[in-house]
Amino acid sequence: MSSPQQEQQEPRAGGWRRLLTPRLRRVDVAVAVLLAVLGFAAVVQVRSTQEEGPLALARQEDLVQILDELSNRNDRLRAEVNALEQSERELTSGTGTTEAALAEARRRAQLLGVLAGTVPARGPGLRLTVSDPEERITADVLLDALEELRAAGAEAIQLEGPVSGGESGTQVRVAVSTALVDGEDGGVVVDGELLRPPYRFVVIGDPATIESALGIPGGVVDNITTRGGGATVQTGDELVVDALRPLATPRYARPAP
Amino acid sequence: MIPALALVLGVVLGLTLEPTVPAALQPYLPIAVVAALDAVFGAVRAQLEGIFDDKVFVVSFVSNVLVAGLVVFLGDQLGVGGQLSTGVVVVLGIRIFSNAAAIRRRVFHA
Repeated sequence: MSSPQQEQQEPRAGGWRRLLTPRLRRVDVAVAVLLAVLGFAAVVQVRSTQEEGPLALARQEDLVQILDELSNRNDRLRAEVNALEQSERELTSGTGTTEAALAEARRRAQLLGVLAGTVPARGPGLRLTVSDPEERITADVLLDALEELRAAGAEAIQLEGPVSGGESGTQVRVAVSTALVDGEDGGVVVDGELLRPPYRFVVIGDPATIESALGIPGGVVDNITTRGGGATVQTGDELVVDALRPLATPRYARPAP
Repeated sequence: MIPALALVLGVVLGLTLEPTVPAALQPYLPIAVVAALDAVFGAVRAQLEGIFDDKVFVVSFVSNVLVAGLVVFLGDQLGVGGQLSTGVVVVLGIRIFSNAAAIRRRVFHA
């Protein structure tokens, strides 16, 4: 592949002039064709390199290696995608479970709050007003009435007194731990609050059931009447029990799982 | 003059036709182009030195291209195609540089 031109036998003078002087011989045509082919091929090669990028020129073994690397990388990425999708599913379902558990916990907290007397309650029920003109209605009478109300299915109870017209005096929410004690000079001490007659129970529960339970012979109403008191029952569709008890935090007891 | 016009014509044809390189020719075309460039630079140098000959140019051009393609083809068959193409390009590149240097000395006398 050494330059044969330099081994030319008879050097000719006036190279530039010859180059600029058109002559048409077969060899000239061949030279022109070759140069045209060269320009054509060069342009085609440049274009294909630009269009197809470096991969078009890569050799077969290089391409195989590149392909191997790409498929390895593909496998790794696919595995990563699977793992991420898995954790996404876990997180999504976990969020759903957590939300459901939270809603359930809130619902139970409300219900337990009604039972414990830490949240207000409303609903159908009745008012039992007890007057005590002879001051013979003692704490145990009220306690009997309370037990009867509970037995009849009362769900929220508050005890008020003294009731006069629209005034309801002191209000005490009745809960599991409610204690009724006779006052020293009349009246009844409920959970440390002194209530004076006339007393009134505001009860939320099934009005018909509770009313009939109160009115059975020898029952609450009878007992009060025997002691010279007056018992008035007044049912309502939308009563409100809004006296609240403070939430007692247990010092020793902890919830057991 | 005519060869230069032919070169321009080839470039224009390549730009306008926009052909795609056949897959079988893809490894050989770049080497063939470099080999042809070597022949052309040699021809220009010979022209400037006043020893240019058409037939020699045609033979050297064709044989350059064929030999370069053959070497790359052989390399492909032997499994060293990539390395041999690199070797051919390096050799041709050196020759192009030396020819370009000779041309420069002729033209600029430097």
